[in-house]
Amino acid sequence: MPKTLIRCRDVSFSYDSVAALRGVSFEVNAGDALCVVGENGSGKSTLMSLLLRLKAPQSGSIVFDGGLRADQVGYLPQQTAAQKDFPASVREVVMSGRLSSRRWQPFYTRADRAMAERHMEKLGVLSLANRCYRELSGGQQQRTLLARALCATKTLLLLDEPVAGLDPLATSDLYQMIDAIRSDGVTIIMVSHDVQSVMRHATSILHLRVDPLFFGGVGEYAASATGRRFLTNIEGVGNVV
Amino acid sequence: MFNALAEMFSYAFLTRAVVVGLLVSLCAALLGVSLVLKRYSMIGDGLSHVGFGSLAIATAMRAAPLAVSIPIVILAAFLLLRISSSSKIKGDAAIALLSTSSLAIGVVVISLTTGMNTDVCNYLFGSILAMNRADVYLSVALAVVVLALFALFYNKILAVTFDETFARATGVPAGAYNMLIAMLTALTITLGMRMMGALLISSLIVFPALTSMRLCKSFKAVTICAAVTSSICFFLGVVGSYLYATPTGASVVLVNIALFAVFWGISVYQSKRRAAV
Repeated sequence: MPKTLIRCRDVSFSYDSVAALRGVSFEVNAGDALCVVGENGSGKSTLMSLLLRLKAPQSGSIVFDGGLRADQVGYLPQQTAAQKDFPASVREVVMSGRLSSRRWQPFYTRADRAMAERHMEKLGVLSLANRCYRELSGGQQQRTLLARALCATKTLLLLDEPVAGLDPLATSDLYQMIDAIRSDGVTIIMVSHDVQSVMRHATSILHLRVDPLFFGGVGEYAASATGRRFLTNIEGVGNVV
Repeated sequence: MFNALAEMFSYAFLTRAVVVGLLVSLCAALLGVSLVLKRYSMIGDGLSHVGFGSLAIATAMRAAPLAVSIPIVILAAFLLLRISSSSKIKGDAAIALLSTSSLAIGVVVISLTTGMNTDVCNYLFGSILAMNRADVYLSVALAVVVLALFALFYNKILAVTFDETFARATGVPAGAYNMLIAMLTALTITLGMRMMGALLISSLIVFPALTSMRLCKSFKAVTICAAVTSSICFFLGVVGSYLYATPTGASVVLVNIALFAVFWGISVYQSKRRAAV
């Protein structure tokens, strides 16, 4: 029986009395890949900030397993406009992922450097280590940020729209890397619009529209009414493989 | 040339001004890198206007200018950061509000007490005569503090500047670092304001960072380049103002503009050449 890492019970959150999340309950076990899907404004980002402990739920509870402190969680955020032209080298960006493990020590250790190199190599950005972040392609930037997230990850990795704005090739590359990370024993929670690919890379699905519409395994989701409606709608839109 | 320099430094007040100015430029450049990249450039401008208002009040009360200005400007810095992080009033509008209010208060207070005279002009555009011995000690202390904190927290400042959400999510107290930067900025501005002028001091924060960003490819390079160019520009500006009898603050800004143009030209040339290859 796998260990439960996060237990979310009846969580609600609203902005100025407009509900963003209502009565959401789910569990994440060690080794899971949970994918949160839903339309814009369905509360996905709010759920993400709750899981990152940037906000506290207004009612209900999120219980983290005892070992899951903030400095054991890696996070791949959506890029901001300010970052796109930030003058920092790839190495500097990746190294900053080690910061949470350093606490009050001001400088990085040799072990930090070695770890950053290892993750850069794993994600294929080691050859770009001294290049400027703003000169990279979207896919390379995303892989750099994923390497940074891995530097902070011990048990759990949260991904916010990891493939947004990437071309198909970079997208499938990134999914392969996420699969590889999961096979190393890291639990993954991912927010995504890309339901088609998610079906192949997740173990369970949480479908939100302020209220939770579905929570369960991938197979059950494909068979459920919500899943069928969502999946067929999208198949009609584009020529997704 | 050397004769002119020797002559210039034979005046004690000019030597004092150069020492204070160099240290203030150095601090402003270091803090500016983070402020510009976080899109907080206007905070410097807002704080200098608040500084103008508080200087006017200090003069009216016949109190020591720094003793009054420093706490007021630090308070304003905290306030501005608070407002920027809540979305009710947008940051830029809040800064405009605060700076015009303090400017208006300052002008009214001055005209009520001493009458509109050259004082206002000195406050707005700076005066090289304003620096006394206490300012020299204070600026040395400030520079030591800023340099030490910057070196000690360099990695954290980089992380918080690049991605505040990530830093927060992984357990780095980003808010505390923002406050630290705002407080040091407030100190730097108040100290440099009487020489550079309330309207011109924010150039020391913005120009070195923007100039270095034209050419440098890493955060470390941008930081070092900003510190070096800022000091050089200040020195050339002061010497220029002595030789041609121009106002100090404005001369320093002109040198900064020239250097920015040069760096910008080189970066355009480089990218053209890269495109051609």
